[in-house]
Amino acid sequence: MSFFLETLAGGLLAGVMYALVAIGFVLVYKASGVFNFAQGAMVLCAALTFVTLRERGIDLWLSGLITLAILVALAVAVERVVLRPLANRPQITLFMATLGLSYVIEGTSQLLMGASVHELDLGIPDTPIELGPIQLSQFDLAAAATAGALVIALSLFFDRTRIGLSLRAVADDPGAALSIGIRLQTLWAVVWAVAGFVALVAGLLWGARQGVQFSLTFVVLKALPVLIIGGFTSIAGAVVGGLIVGASDSLAEIYLGPLLGGSVSTWFAYVLAVAFLLARPAGLFGERAIERV
Amino acid sequence: MPPVASVSALPGAHPVRRALVPTLSARATMLAILVTTAFAVPAVASDYWLNAILIPFLIMALAGLGLNLTMGYAGQASLGTGAFMAAGAYATYNLLLRVPELPLPASLVLGGLVAGLVGLVVGLPSLRIKGFYLVATTLAAQFLIEWVLNQYPWFSNYASSSTISAPRLALAGYDLSRPGGRYLLTLGTVILVTAVAWRLVRSQTGRSWMAVRDMDTAAAVIGIPVAQAKLKAFFVGATVCGIAGALWAFAYLGTVDARSFDLDRSFQVMFVIIIGGMGSLAGSFIGAAFIVLLPILLSHVAGIVFGGAIDGGQLQNLQHILFGGLIVWLLIHEPDGLSALASRLWHRLAART
Amino acid sequence: MTILTRAIRAAAVTASFALAAPASAGDAKEQYFPLATFRVGAYASSGIPSWAGVIDYLRYINEVEGGINGVKLFWDECETEWAVEKGVECYERVKGGKNGSPVAVFLPHGDPVSKALTEKSVADRIPLITTGYGRTEAIDGRVFPYSFTVLFSFWSEASSVVNYIAEQVGGKDKLKGVKIATIYHDSPYGKETQTPLDILSKEYGFENIQIPVPHPGNDQSAQWARVRQIKPDWVFLRGWGVMTPVAIKTAAKTGFPVNRIIGGIWSGSEEDVRPAGSVGKGYLAITPFPAGQDFEILKKIKAEIVDKNRSDLRDPKSFGSVYYNSGIIETIIAVEAIRTAQGRFGNRPITGEEAQWGLEHLVLDEARLKQIGAEGLVQPLTLSIKDHEGGGAGKVLQWDGAKWAIVSNGWVKSDRELLLPLIYERAAAYAKEKGIVPRTAESAEASAR
Repeated sequence: MSFFLETLAGGLLAGVMYALVAIGFVLVYKASGVFNFAQGAMVLCAALTFVTLRERGIDLWLSGLITLAILVALAVAVERVVLRPLANRPQITLFMATLGLSYVIEGTSQLLMGASVHELDLGIPDTPIELGPIQLSQFDLAAAATAGALVIALSLFFDRTRIGLSLRAVADDPGAALSIGIRLQTLWAVVWAVAGFVALVAGLLWGARQGVQFSLTFVVLKALPVLIIGGFTSIAGAVVGGLIVGASDSLAEIYLGPLLGGSVSTWFAYVLAVAFLLARPAGLFGERAIERV
Repeated sequence: MPPVASVSALPGAHPVRRALVPTLSARATMLAILVTTAFAVPAVASDYWLNAILIPFLIMALAGLGLNLTMGYAGQASLGTGAFMAAGAYATYNLLLRVPELPLPASLVLGGLVAGLVGLVVGLPSLRIKGFYLVATTLAAQFLIEWVLNQYPWFSNYASSSTISAPRLALAGYDLSRPGGRYLLTLGTVILVTAVAWRLVRSQTGRSWMAVRDMDTAAAVIGIPVAQAKLKAFFVGATVCGIAGALWAFAYLGTVDARSFDLDRSFQVMFVIIIGGMGSLAGSFIGAAFIVLLPILLSHVAGIVFGGAIDGGQLQNLQHILFGGLIVWLLIHEPDGLSALASRLWHRLAART
Repeated sequence: MTILTRAIRAAAVTASFALAAPASAGDAKEQYFPLATFRVGAYASSGIPSWAGVIDYLRYINEVEGGINGVKLFWDECETEWAVEKGVECYERVKGGKNGSPVAVFLPHGDPVSKALTEKSVADRIPLITTGYGRTEAIDGRVFPYSFTVLFSFWSEASSVVNYIAEQVGGKDKLKGVKIATIYHDSPYGKETQTPLDILSKEYGFENIQIPVPHPGNDQSAQWARVRQIKPDWVFLRGWGVMTPVAIKTAAKTGFPVNRIIGGIWSGSEEDVRPAGSVGKGYLAITPFPAGQDFEILKKIKAEIVDKNRSDLRDPKSFGSVYYNSGIIETIIAVEAIRTAQGRFGNRPITGEEAQWGLEHLVLDEARLKQIGAEGLVQPLTLSIKDHEGGGAGKVLQWDGAKWAIVSNGWVKSDRELLLPLIYERAAAYAKEKGIVPRTAESAEASAR
C-alpha cells in the first residue's frame, strides 16, 4: 500500500511539472486561439538566457529580470510579426506558424548561447524526506508550491486587473470585446509576455532537474495530453490535467508496464486523453466551442 | 434580353478559348516531357542526386499526397502520418519476409492497405471530434504505434537491434537494389499513386470529401454520407502514407527502426502540404521540394559562401532561423501554399504565349 | 506538376554533372577525411567536444607529424543534427571524394545512421568506423565487410560491467543472487544489451532486471520507484542525452546510492553528469574513452595545438573530457588504419577498399600505442576479418564532483570467448536473411590484390 501511495505521490508531483508547461499553452490559447508549439522553444530560450547570465556572474534577481525583459520583447515581436498578419487564419495555419517560430527561437538561442549543457542550481536540495511511510523529494514539493503560487498569481491577475478582464471578454466573445474597445494587439502582447514568464518558471524548474539543454523543448510533448484532458482554455484544467497525467503515467508504468513490456508512458497519457475527449470533447474544464479546421 | 453575362463574355470568348486550349495540351505535353525526363534521370544523375535528393523528395511528396487526401481534400487534420508510414513499412517488411512468393508491388500495395486499416481505426474519433482536438487523437495513434513496433520484436523478426532492413528488392527478375533501380521503383510508384489520386479527387468520392471539408453539416443535409466519407479519407490517405513509409524504409534508407517515423516526420509531412498547398495534388510535390531541397540547398550555398569561415554549427543555426522564418513568411503571404503561387505564374506565362 | 518542380528537376539534372565526378586514387596528394558533424540540436553537447577531438588530432597529424607518411589530411564538415536522413545525405555528398582524393573511412557518429549506412557502405566500399556503437554482429567482418565496431561493442559493454561488478563482490562465483537492474533508453540502441545480459545471467546466476525508459527520458519517477521496490544491488544505466542526468537526479531523490550506478558508454561523459550537480558525486561509468589530460598524446596536442590557439575546442574545460578523448581515439584508429594500408598500397591517399584492408590488418599493440603516446588511452587492438572489434574492454570512471577519475584496475575485459560464438551465429542468420555470401580470409586477400 505504501508503495502505491508513494508511486501516486511521485506521479502527482511529476504532474505538477507538466502542468507548469501546460499553463503557458493555456494562456496563449485563451487569448489568441493558437496552440503555441513554440512554448517549448520559449522554455529553452528562457532557461538558457537565465543560466548564461548567471554564468557571467550576474545577480540572481537581475538575471531573472533581464530574462523576463527579453521574453517580453520576444512576445511583442511575435505579436507584430507573426500573430497580427495571421489574424483570422485557420487554427492549423497558426499552429504551423508557431512551429516555424520555434525553429527561429531555437536557432537564435543556440546561435547566441551555444549548445552545451549547463547545470542550474536553484539552491533547493533534492534529497528525499520521509513522510510516514512515504518518501518525497524536497525539490518536487518546492516545485509544487511554486506551481500553486503561480496559479494563484495568475488567477488574481486575470480576475482583478483590467487586462485580465479584457482577456476573459475576448475569450468569451471576440467580436463583442472588440466593439467595446479592447485592443486585441496589446492584449496578445501582454498574454504572450505572461506566457514567457510562465516559460521562465517552467524552464528554471525543469532546467534544475535535467540540466539546461536543448531537450527542454521536449517537455511540450507531455504538455499536450495534459491540455486535452484539462481543456485548452482553463488554467485550473491544466493543473488537474497535469495531476491526472502525472499520476496515471506513473501508475501505468508500474502496474501496466511490466505486463506490456514497459515504456507505456509514451502513449498512455495520449490514449487516456482520447478517452476523455470521446466522453467530453472540450476537456474537463474547457468551454465547448465550434472548431473548424 | 439575353443575360448580361453572356453578352459581355462573347467578345472575350475567342481569346479566352484560344489561350485555354493550348494551355491544356501544353500541360499534357509538359507532363509527358516531365515523366520521360524523370525516367531518364538515372542515366545521368549521380548517386548523390538519386539517394540523397530525388528519392527522399519523391517519397515525401507521396506522403504529402496521402495526408493531402485526408486533410487537404476531406478536411480531417492528422498528425498520425508517421504512424501510418511506420505501419506501411513494417507490414511490407513482414510480407516480403514471410510471404516471399508475393511480388514486390503486391507487398507494397498490401502493406499500404494495412496502414489504411490502421488509418481507418485512427479515423474513428473523427466521427465525434473535430478540429484541433482531432489532431490530438491522431497523436495518440502516433505514439502508440511507434511503441508497439519498437516493443514487440515479432514485427522486426526478432532482430537484436530491432531494426528492419530491406530484403532484396527485385521486380520480375530485375534487381532494384542499386540507386537507379530504387529511384525507378519510387518514381513508378509515385506516378501510379498520383494518377489514381488524381482520378479519385475528381470522382464522387473527391466531391463528397470537399463537401465534408467545407461544411459537414450542410453536406449531411444534402445527403452526403459524412461518416463514410471521413473514414474513406482516413483509409485512402493512410494507405498512400503507408506505401510512402515502405519506400522510405526500403528504397531510401535501407535499414530503419520505428523512430524513423516519429512525430517529427508527421510534422514534416504536414509542413509539406501546408507549404505546398492544401487540396492540391501538385502542392504535395512543390511542398516536398521545399521541405527536402531547401535545407540541402541552403547548406550547399552556405558551404560555398562561407566555406569554413563560420563554425559549422553556427551555420546550421542560421539555416534553422532562415527556414523557420521562411515558413512563417510563406504562411502569411501565400495562405494557399506555393501551388497557388505556381499556378498564378503558370497562368501569367500561358497568357503571354 | 508545375513549372517549379520542372525547374528543380532541370537544375537537378544539370547540377548532377557537376557533382558526379568520382574520385580515383593516385591523382591527389592529400587524403580527404569528411566529417559528418552534429553541432546543433538535442545531442550537440556531446558532438561539439567529440568533433573537436577529431579535428585537433587531424591538425596534430598534419602540423606536427607532417601528415601520414607525408600524406596530409584535409577535411570538411557536413552538419547532420544527429538525424538519420541528414546523415545519409552527408554520406552521399562526400562519398565520391573531393578534389580527386578518395574517402578512406567514414565516421557515422550515431547508432541509427550507422545502421542506415550498413548496406550503402558495402556498395560504395567505404569502411564505417563506429567506436562504442553500431550493430554488434558487425564484429563478424565476413558478413559485414565494411562495418567496424572497433573497441567496444554493446555486448562487450554489458559483459565488462558484469565483470566489474564481479570484481567488486569478490569474484565471478559471488555473482549468484546479485541483483543487477539495467535501466535503458527504450530504443534499438538501448535494447542491444538485453540479449548478452540474458546470456550472462544464465552463466553466472545474477538476477537480470530490465527497466525501460521511454525517449527522451526527462521524467523517470516511475522507473526509480520500481528500483526502490526491487532494491537492486547495482544499476547499469544505458542512457542517451538528457536521460542520464535525470536518472542520476531521480536516483538521488529516491535515495538510491549513486555509487552503485554504473553508466554505459553513452551515459559516461562530463556532459551527462555535470547537469546533475552535486548529487552526481560517486557515480560510475564504463567507457572505452578514458578521460584525462595526462596521456602523452594529450600533452603533445596541448602544447602544439591547444596552446597555439589552433584547437577546435571552444570551451577549454572540455580538453581531456570523455567526448574530446573519444574523438582523438577514433581518429587515432582511422589514421593508423590508413597508415597500415599505406604499408601495403604505397604512401598516397588511400581508397575505402584499401582502408578496409588496413583496418582488417590493424595492430595497435602496447609498443605501437606507446609510440603514438596513447598508452592507457587506447586499449591494445588487433583487428582481423573475423574480428572487427579487436579490444572489447573498458575502463571504469568515477565522478568526484568536478572530474572523472579512473577507478578500475586497467582495462576491464569482457567475456569475448563466451559471447563471440553467439555473435557469429547471429551474423550468420543475418547473412542468410539477406542472401550474403560470407567472405573468407582468402577471398578478402584475393580481392585486395
